[in-house]
Amino acid sequence: MVDNQINHKNGLRMKIRDLDFYYDNQQILKKVNLNIEKNMITAIIGPSGCGKSTLIRTLNRMNDIIPSAKIKGDILLDNENIYSNGLDVIEIRKKVGMVFQKPNPFPKSIFENVAYGLKINGFSKDRNRLMERVQESLEAAALWEEVKDRLNTSAFDLSGGQQQRLCIARTLAIKPEIILFDEPCSALDPIATSKIEELMIKLKEYYTIIIVTHNMQQAARISDYTAFLMMGELIEFDETERLFTRPRQKITEDYITGRFG
Amino acid sequence: MKIRRIKEKIAYLFLLSVVALLLFILGFIFYFLFSKGIKIISWDFLTQMPKKSMTAGGIFPAILGTFYLTFGAMLFALPLGVSSAIYLSEYVAQNRLVKVIRLGINNLAGVPSVVFGLFGLVVFVKYLNFGISILSGSLTLAILILPTIIRASEEALLAVPQTFREGSLALGATKWQTIQKVVLPNAISGILTGSILSIGRAAGETAPILFTAVTFYKMRLPGSIFSEVQALPYHIYALLTEGTHPETQVAIAYGTALVLIGLVLAFNLIAIFLRNKFRRSKKW
Repeated sequence: MVDNQINHKNGLRMKIRDLDFYYDNQQILKKVNLNIEKNMITAIIGPSGCGKSTLIRTLNRMNDIIPSAKIKGDILLDNENIYSNGLDVIEIRKKVGMVFQKPNPFPKSIFENVAYGLKINGFSKDRNRLMERVQESLEAAALWEEVKDRLNTSAFDLSGGQQQRLCIARTLAIKPEIILFDEPCSALDPIATSKIEELMIKLKEYYTIIIVTHNMQQAARISDYTAFLMMGELIEFDETERLFTRPRQKITEDYITGRFG
Repeated sequence: MKIRRIKEKIAYLFLLSVVALLLFILGFIFYFLFSKGIKIISWDFLTQMPKKSMTAGGIFPAILGTFYLTFGAMLFALPLGVSSAIYLSEYVAQNRLVKVIRLGINNLAGVPSVVFGLFGLVVFVKYLNFGISILSGSLTLAILILPTIIRASEEALLAVPQTFREGSLALGATKWQTIQKVVLPNAISGILTGSILSIGRAAGETAPILFTAVTFYKMRLPGSIFSEVQALPYHIYALLTEGTHPETQVAIAYGTALVLIGLVLAFNLIAIFLRNKFRRSKKW
């Protein structure tokens, strides 16, 4: 099911076409089709085990590290299949950043965490230029004010919410175009969650955002489009407001009204 | 209800007495060695050459020899062991072949050390023509401790959370960059601890160096890696089985044993110290 009826005014960044995904011989995703609009937040919701994390992890080829994974179908980034043979997975991951479910800063200092992606991608060895970009990224992730006096302390001294914003800063530092958020608030308290949500809304001015969430209110609060996934199938995809107020499918309605899940 | 309490008491007392017995045996061995050996240990004993066909003088060449052999073994085993562990746990798919390889490595750890000695004799001493030498002995010891190092390194690598790897890969790092910059720095303490414990084992082994490296008595210190050496464990064996003055030789053997135990203990203490130091800096 492709959303022919939706008017994507900003144009599309990513297109998922007939995506099948298998672990060993178990099919996790079934013929998923989805359009991702530029500078918008697209949320993927669905009950546990519906394949939403698997789906988002195909978008930066994070599933490559699982040997038993098998994929069919196309994922087009600006009309180029990211799974085609000639493409370098590193280039894709630089363009498509990812923030994970549990904050996963490296056991290094705050500065080193943000500078890591810059260093490995050969950005610059010059401390001043690194510092400039680190500050810029921390500011963009709304963390600078809280950490500017202790950049050289361990990232593990930060609170969970701060750690997650650090992970966002780390992702922003390498200037991706698309950012994937895989349940970024599931390990955070409500205050930290609302900070991340505000941040995402700000970030969409510059980035295309895709978020997986088990929290329907979160999807309703921040996303422009919502995809409802169940048992590996995309059941419904629509503008968020419409999906939550006038769902076309009975099963979507049952899910968002809390009848199951 | 009463019986339950009594059983609890009995179980507790039983376990306590087992531990006490073990500690007592251990203490006794130490006391025995210490009381017999300490008389002979002096600065000269540690730093002088042996004299009068082993009935007097020091054991300096044996200490030096053991140091050369274990250091040499480390030099070969550490890079090989860590590299194999990285390959096995980071690069290769966890399929049946890898399971067989891992089983092989684990079994290698259980092979009696004299078999390694025999292998060293055939391959290093004879076939590669290194002769009875520091080189042959080090290589043989290296093979002996390789499985331990591989296993310790693999465990240390596995203990690094997968989320660190994902975080790094998602930023566009290559696998090697991820291993170098994120995985290894966080596994190094475990790798070092395992390796140092295995040096302790290498230092105390007699059989692997018996045919490949050692000699009972040598006038001169070894001149190159192709020289024969004296070594502490073999020195004890030789003092007790060869020579013409059993009484004086046995006394020297106790002293040598004490030095050897002290050395192994020192290695273990370094390992424990390193582990604690690194453990404190970890917070995940």
